Amino acid sequence: MGLDFSVVPGFFGVLLMGAGWTVAITVCAGLLSFFGGIVFAVVALYGHWSLRWPFRGFAFLFMGTPLLLQLFLIYFGLIQIGIDLPAFVAGVIGLGLHFAVYNSELIQASILAVDKGQYEGARTLGLSRGQTLRKVVIPQAVRAVVPPMGNNMIALLKDSALVSVIGVMELTLAAQQAISRTYRPFEFYLAAAFCYYIVNLALEAGLRRLERRIAASR
Amino acid sequence: MSDQAFVTIKNAAKSYGTLEVLKDINLTVQRGQIVAIIGPSGSGKSTLLRAINELDPLTSGEVWLEDVQINKKLPHRQYEAHVNQVRQDIGMVFQHFNLFPHLTVRGNITLAPRMLKGLSEADANKLAEEQLAKVGLSEKIDEYPSRLSGGQKQRVAIARALAMKPKVMLFDEATSALDPELVEEVNLVMKQLAEEHMTMIIVTHEMDFAASVCDRVLFMDQGVVVEEGPPSVIFQNPENERTRNFLRKHLSR
Repeated sequence: MGLDFSVVPGFFGVLLMGAGWTVAITVCAGLLSFFGGIVFAVVALYGHWSLRWPFRGFAFLFMGTPLLLQLFLIYFGLIQIGIDLPAFVAGVIGLGLHFAVYNSELIQASILAVDKGQYEGARTLGLSRGQTLRKVVIPQAVRAVVPPMGNNMIALLKDSALVSVIGVMELTLAAQQAISRTYRPFEFYLAAAFCYYIVNLALEAGLRRLERRIAASR
Repeated sequence: MSDQAFVTIKNAAKSYGTLEVLKDINLTVQRGQIVAIIGPSGSGKSTLLRAINELDPLTSGEVWLEDVQINKKLPHRQYEAHVNQVRQDIGMVFQHFNLFPHLTVRGNITLAPRMLKGLSEADANKLAEEQLAKVGLSEKIDEYPSRLSGGQKQRVAIARALAMKPKVMLFDEATSALDPELVEEVNLVMKQLAEEHMTMIIVTHEMDFAASVCDRVLFMDQGVVVEEGPPSVIFQNPENERTRNFLRKHLSR
């Protein structure tokens, strides 16, 4: 049986809709992972031990278990204790928290990597702890964290395919649906791969632009 | 010059656990005086300098700047506010410059005056231009530190400290990290400050510089001031055996 891409345009709308959901879930989970990462990093670095220890346990849980399993737990598991989340919300929470933990590690490392001399230089001028963090440490940490965090966002986009298993009609599931109607897996998986690639190109271009803007002020 | 005490250190002691790094040190520096602290590595000279602005607080003893006790025992919040205030009057220059790499030379110099003294952008810029002219780097105002040589970085660091109009300047081995050919440009800036009667306390390994610029030299070893006096005495006619041994090693080079 030869390849026949002529079936693809008929499902263009379905794939486009799927790509739209993929973008939506990536943006929402990306934002959650970004702000969550900041909150987790602040807790880990400056929090009281009564917050820090539970957080460490939570971080190990998210880093040491498969994302797929986490999604099942959030979507199917939580129903048993009365928390019935829509699939999209469950997907955003699962992906967002998972990557928030990784982002938090990056943020912590980038803050800790700022040289002790930077604190001393700022504090001897009379800047307070808070002013030193805001004006000296964080701007430098941000410059260090943008490239690796960008990589995390690209990974998040690709891992968003996993939420198809809890029934979010994103790109991968859209492709599967087209396949179940046409029995043309190769064509539609390839088409889906192409869509992911396009979205990723756009994301990477955005990240490169951000990095360039930051590098310009160095 | 008045002989009114300006910086006073009384019975300064510091220990890390059982390790005593400073033992009962007393030092009075008068306004406009330039004091060099010399001694072998690990003698406590940097620790003493860093105790003056509370970077390394003393275990016991007192540090005063004029009539203000710097290391006052206060509740945490008040202590922080107090220290931030007194540090504005104490400039410090580090071995590794500690310039802020994400800011231009202008940004490095204007950050603290703008945040702490509420200077307008125009006034802060004027201040940066003045201070840079003083250290001979006017043309570098919009450069980032990464584009400067070590000597230029250190001169910017001095300009940054001077922009806060400090009453006293502390130099912690300001030329130790520099290539030999870059040392002189920093020394020249420090000499110029000396001529303007800036009160300075200088931790240094450069005996020639200490001898030519300073009013007094302290020789420290193992956490105590072994000997002190005018450079002519310390360098040419030291009384103490430890001082003589140290200088023999350092002057012969």
